[in-house]
Amino acid sequence: MISVLAPPSRAIGVPHERLDGKEKVSGRACYAADTPAERLAYGVFALANIPRGRIAQLDVGRAEHAAGVLRIFTHENMPRLNPVSSPPAGQSLLPLQSDRIAYEGQPIALAVAATLEQAAHAASLVRAEYEREPFNVDFRTQLERAVEGQSFFESDTRVGDVERELAQAPIRIAQRYRTADRHHCAMEPSATVARWENGSLTLDDATQYVWGVRMAVAQALDIAPERVRVRSSYAGGGFGSKGYVWPHQVLTAAAARELERPLKVVLTRAQAFTAHGYQTASEQALDIGAERDGTLRAVRATSINPTSRFDDYVEYCALSARSLYAAPAIETRHRVVHVDRSTPTPMRAPHDGVAMVGLEIAMDELAYEAGIDSLELRLRNYAQRDPTTGKPFSSKELRACYRLAAERFGWSGRNPRPGAMREGRVRIGWGMATALMGTFRMPASARVTVESDGRVLIEAGTQEIGTGVRTIMPQIAADVLGVPIEQVRIALGDTTLPETGGTFGSSTTMSVGSAVLDAATRLRDELRELGAHEDEDLGAVLSRSGRTSLSADGAWSPGEEGDFSMHTFGAVFAEVRVDEDLPIPRVSRVVGAYSAGRIINPTTARSQIQGGMVWGIGQALLEESSMDPTLGRYLSKNLAGYLVPANADVPELEVIFAEEVDAHASPLGAKGIGELGAVGVAPAIANAVFHATGVRVRELPIRLEMLLA
Amino acid sequence: MHPFEYARAGDAAGAVAALAGDPEAAFIAGGTELVNWLKDGIERPGRVVDINRLPLGQIEATSAGLRIGTLARMSDVAAHRAVRSGFPALAEALERSASAQLRNMASMGGNLLQRTRCPYFRAETDLPCNKRRPGSGCAAREGLNRTHAIFGWSDACVATHPSDAAVALRALEASVRVLGRGGERSIPLADFYRLPGDAPERDTVLEHGELIVGIDVPATPRARRSWYVKVRERASYEFALVSAAVALDLDGGRIREVRIALGGVAPMPWPLTEAERALAGLPLERAALARAVDGAFSEARPLARNAFKIALAKRTVVRALEIAGGMA
Ligand SMILES: Cc1cc2nc3c(=O)[nH]c(=O)nc-3n(C[C@H](O)[C@H](O)[C@H](O)COP(=O)(O)OP(=O)(O)OC[C@H]3O[C@@H](n4cnc5c(N)ncnc54)[C@H](O)[C@@H]3O)c2cc1C
Ligand code: SF4
Repeated sequence: MISVLAPPSRAIGVPHERLDGKEKVSGRACYAADTPAERLAYGVFALANIPRGRIAQLDVGRAEHAAGVLRIFTHENMPRLNPVSSPPAGQSLLPLQSDRIAYEGQPIALAVAATLEQAAHAASLVRAEYEREPFNVDFRTQLERAVEGQSFFESDTRVGDVERELAQAPIRIAQRYRTADRHHCAMEPSATVARWENGSLTLDDATQYVWGVRMAVAQALDIAPERVRVRSSYAGGGFGSKGYVWPHQVLTAAAARELERPLKVVLTRAQAFTAHGYQTASEQALDIGAERDGTLRAVRATSINPTSRFDDYVEYCALSARSLYAAPAIETRHRVVHVDRSTPTPMRAPHDGVAMVGLEIAMDELAYEAGIDSLELRLRNYAQRDPTTGKPFSSKELRACYRLAAERFGWSGRNPRPGAMREGRVRIGWGMATALMGTFRMPASARVTVESDGRVLIEAGTQEIGTGVRTIMPQIAADVLGVPIEQVRIALGDTTLPETGGTFGSSTTMSVGSAVLDAATRLRDELRELGAHEDEDLGAVLSRSGRTSLSADGAWSPGEEGDFSMHTFGAVFAEVRVDEDLPIPRVSRVVGAYSAGRIINPTTARSQIQGGMVWGIGQALLEESSMDPTLGRYLSKNLAGYLVPANADVPELEVIFAEEVDAHASPLGAKGIGELGAVGVAPAIANAVFHATGVRVRELPIRLEMLLA
Repeated sequence: MHPFEYARAGDAAGAVAALAGDPEAAFIAGGTELVNWLKDGIERPGRVVDINRLPLGQIEATSAGLRIGTLARMSDVAAHRAVRSGFPALAEALERSASAQLRNMASMGGNLLQRTRCPYFRAETDLPCNKRRPGSGCAAREGLNRTHAIFGWSDACVATHPSDAAVALRALEASVRVLGRGGERSIPLADFYRLPGDAPERDTVLEHGELIVGIDVPATPRARRSWYVKVRERASYEFALVSAAVALDLDGGRIREVRIALGGVAPMPWPLTEAERALAGLPLERAALARAVDGAFSEARPLARNAFKIALAKRTVVRALEIAGGMA
């Protein structure tokens, strides 16, 4: 029985498996590269193999004459395109527009042929000669060149007299911490299918932001945005790599226009290392002063990261220190070093996910220095208000998180002495860290419709990149309308649908969910006006009033950040086992408790957090995009050289959610969880390694040679 | 990918003949290596000769030892009862290799002929690499060489050989049976691989067109008490940073005779002959083992970024001895 006016919250907060799960695992879900098209041509990029210089000569003769080739696009024959601002573009440099080479892996040609194999072969026949120029890809060798970069947040903040507090503090921790360059490595490499018809473009694209793609492509190709339709029904992970718009999308659209033929470009795994941004390495300096009882007097956090020559990308690795712990004096500072590489981009848990590595290892160092339990130290410095802005938090159940996770983990049984716990030749370590993640919210709109058979359709342009949107949104509408969630479908990933933001910043549930909530609520009110009553079939209500469907539009906008400091929080406890002779840390247990607003679907929420934890294990122990400084290129552009955790690296991951509703963040009471799980795990592991071995590691990933005493 | 022709060999002699007249042709077995090389432009054969239909997939255990056909799949060898009980180092080495899917596909002969995982060699494009393009230089020599060799390298190439099974087979004193135009010959694994010298493009002594037909592993007094320890940062699906295979013959609590081969440290499975000698007659005690193993590393020549491999390899050998001897 489908009914309205049922008691609230029959679907929100209830565990529900993914509605699109079967479609995905059976291969029926249609991803961008699966898009069928008649007369489809295939494009493959040829890339520069020098990091800096000028193309002196480009020989496309052999490529042009290879079998099946339709056109070889280069800077000489690709039409000039308009520059695109960033965002929505990931980087301002658009290849195939001049002979300049500004990073290794920059496209120098796009070979288009009738089949993928022919295009790939043709691309391999393109020969370039370069005028090489001196370059530097290594920011660590030129930290003195660091300058202030212009980006989203303030570079520097300061409260209190840090200098004085530090000078007077009886305990001082002053150390440098390093994280590595990392890549998103989404399972699905970026893919674009471009089709032109009567001057209008349809792009089926693996993107986290269909409107961003529309904006960028329209701008670059000088056409009205209304003439561009972008669709993304499914994306095989993005993690930020598909958040902004990168050259391949713009160039594919432009080439298809020239060819007057549909064109598909799918990046190879190797190309994915340079075709979109990466998470930068960081050099973090922390200077912490505390009383003997561990009470903080001052925190000074400085961060430096590399960016390209042509864009400022700031990884805000001192950001967390602004809000996490109460201290009378806090100073933060961000600088960038311009190197001959492509522009970096956000990657799952940007800023805080990297920043917390330094801050939380430093706090562990302080705990040992002061002789205080690591958890107790956090409680002593618990911030009731944002220590930098002085604003109250919109909600914060971090205290509950500490308690819940510590109990579950058994933290009170820990002997703090390093090396105290062992099993035969295996040393066991327990470490913990706090998690903090900024809250990003975006305006969104949605439409909810009841159809004649009583089914409900949600329409919202948002993207499904694996986070569970196709389940969460139906839950919200089902909850309001009092129908079973199986009766609700969602149409998404299309610029012809109501506009939403991008699927990044852990913002979708809050933002799009609030718009769906609004639309569903309006629809419910209209249904009531039609005289619908509890337990009445919605289809029957419609036919009674002589309608075949009834729709309501909804919208939500976060308005001003206003009076609150808005974050999600967590407490992460990790156990590692380290063989005393062959000291490779293996994570054997992770328990995390989270303060993340109202949890709409505990099943998909847990899965998001667990995925984040795996991300953190990779950050701690495996992931590193090494750069050869002499060649100016990534050493390994493949998943054999860039290691992500395998199942055998992932132990039992326990996820606990603290009871919480954040009414300030969104009318749903929800906040974001897509990235939070990836925060705090790496420092908890590093701290556990110290506890196991007595070796303090200040650089990730942790390598066994650091532990070979 | 470079276009190529495909042909299927009907019998072993036909396979050999197919390559004999064609320097551009290559055999394909499981294809888990060759196809990667084709995609990355490491090899550009004009013709690929499929040998999968040849009747060379057997695994036979007799009192003389194991006879493994070249087309036996890694997973089948690892699961074979006689291998598990009589040659545990080999089963362990195979099970720690690659992934289940790859082991189901990959042949034993192909495994021996896999090439280095040196990231410069494996790049999606041509980089300075003498093994890939003779005369182009060695980017790893002064580059990122953390995973490279500490034994047996030359200035022309500092790569390691990645096969796990080959390391176990070296300690088990296996040999490779090869069919050429002149007939069959048997090559001890000890003589199968080449040091790079100034011709690192050649990994083995095989001539073009010679077909591996099988691998023979003798039933020595040591084989049953053999073990393989693989050290790597990812818990599975990764090549060895360092590995050690040992095969022990015990006399009460003492070592009568031992064979040791190291992986991840040299262009070939690296025999630790000096340690083999020093260990003979020693009691199975950790400190004594460690002392005896220590001396065998005086010849090690680490590169800029891999000195840690010396300490790591020593410990890996000791651990393998302890496990094989039932101490750990
Ligand atoms: C992702 C990945 C991870 C891996 N991890 C590991 C690991 O951890 N440990 C490990 O040991 N290995 C590992 N491998 C390597 C794997 O074991 C080899 O790829 C496999 O054994 C090769 O066998 P194949 O039958 O597929 O060879 P093919 O690819 O068919 O052939 C490889 C080479 O051998 C030649 N060849 C094959 N058979 C014969 C024959 N009978 N006579 C003469 N020449 C022949 C071919 O011409 C070719 O040159 C990994 C491979 C991959 C792709
Ligand atoms: S070590 Fe050998 S394989 Fe690696 S780059 Fe040098 S020559 Fe090539």
